[in-house]
Amino acid sequence: MSSPVVEFTEACYDLGGRRLIGPLTLTVLQGETVVLLGESGSGKTTILRLINHLLEVTQGEVRVQGKSTREWDPVRLRRRIGYVIQEVGLLPHLTVARNVALVPYLEGWPKSRREERTDELLELVGLAAPDFRDRRPHELSGGQRQRVGVARALAADPPILICDEAFGAVDPVTRGALRGEFRALTRRLEKTVVFVTHDVREAMALGDRIAVLQTGSIEFLGTVEQFRRDQTQTVAELRDLA
Amino acid sequence: MSLFDYLIQHRADVLVRTAEHIGLVTISVGLAVSVGVPLGIMISRRPRLRGPILGSANVVQTIPSLALFGFLLTVPFIGLGARNAIIALVVYSLLPIVRNTYTGIVGVDPSVREAARGMGMTDWQLLRMVELPLAAPVVLAGVRVAAVIAIGVATIAAAIGAGGLGVFIFRGLSMVDNGVIMAGAIPAAGLALLIDGLLHLVERKIDWRVKR
Repeated sequence: MSSPVVEFTEACYDLGGRRLIGPLTLTVLQGETVVLLGESGSGKTTILRLINHLLEVTQGEVRVQGKSTREWDPVRLRRRIGYVIQEVGLLPHLTVARNVALVPYLEGWPKSRREERTDELLELVGLAAPDFRDRRPHELSGGQRQRVGVARALAADPPILICDEAFGAVDPVTRGALRGEFRALTRRLEKTVVFVTHDVREAMALGDRIAVLQTGSIEFLGTVEQFRRDQTQTVAELRDLA
Repeated sequence: MSLFDYLIQHRADVLVRTAEHIGLVTISVGLAVSVGVPLGIMISRRPRLRGPILGSANVVQTIPSLALFGFLLTVPFIGLGARNAIIALVVYSLLPIVRNTYTGIVGVDPSVREAARGMGMTDWQLLRMVELPLAAPVVLAGVRVAAVIAIGVATIAAAIGAGGLGVFIFRGLSMVDNGVIMAGAIPAAGLALLIDGLLHLVERKIDWRVKR
């Protein structure tokens, strides 16, 4: 039995007297991919931010690798969690190589090791390192930027990945390809992944388990197989969208 | 006497005064940058200080320069000369530098800042690696405005014995000789244009949006 890596226990997040999230209970196990599926406004992004402590739960707790996010040094915590960001969030003034090597740089890796790692990662996400290393984000296509975003999240070999609409900015064809590669990659590297999307097909393609979110609460939680067979109205309606 | 006769006859003097002028402006703007940039960073972090600090920089900016030189004359340990001029010039240069540093930093795309935090940057790393580099062109534009203003205001500093190109202007005024006035005014204007152009080049150089 795999050990829990991310655990939400009765976690709530309130803002200005309104409950945005929770109470939420969810356990993500070592090496699995849980997809949070929901419309915009359902609180998906907020849940990711609770994991890396960009936001703090108002009630209950979130534990990462057995330790409450309140007890983690936020900087240490974030460097153990690869973050693939909606609209990519690459730093516009840095080259591709420096973007990818960002967390290793922050962690004080020596230059030679950073360069080696950068090239390895660019190849891993299907970008020829010599061609891309020195380009800047605005010189890339949406799909290429997205790949760089994934490479950056993987750079310091974090055990956990959180992905916010990671393939939202790319065209449907590239999307499908990236999805397949991403799944193969995270399997092979045995990453624990929390992946946020509003795309039902994407959820079924990527997830080991799917959590359907509505207004900050989990409406359904189960394996992709269970999701396919579930008879509740919410899930059936979602399946019709796919 | 025609302008060119005067310039040729006094070329050594013009060069010395130009050097003095550049000295006054460089020292003042340099000091203003070393005070103004940290102040700008501070008010981007502490919004409550923004009003008072930008407000006071704004108010001192409105004091007529001759009056400011005059006020500073009566302050102990300042009196006449370059020290007085430098203090006044720093005060005038502060506003554009503080304001542009602040504007540049708060203008950084929030999603970029969020991404940097999400990568695990400390506050200091966020400032040094993300906010300042992205704000740099805006900060430099403020320095450019400050420098051009300072070159103009520094001509008036001759009235309190700080030297510079204003010496010719005041001499020309008392002699009622436009040629002499021009011997101060033209190099000062040229200097302003030159500095403006140079800083503009640097601004382009450090702007990440400009393709290289």
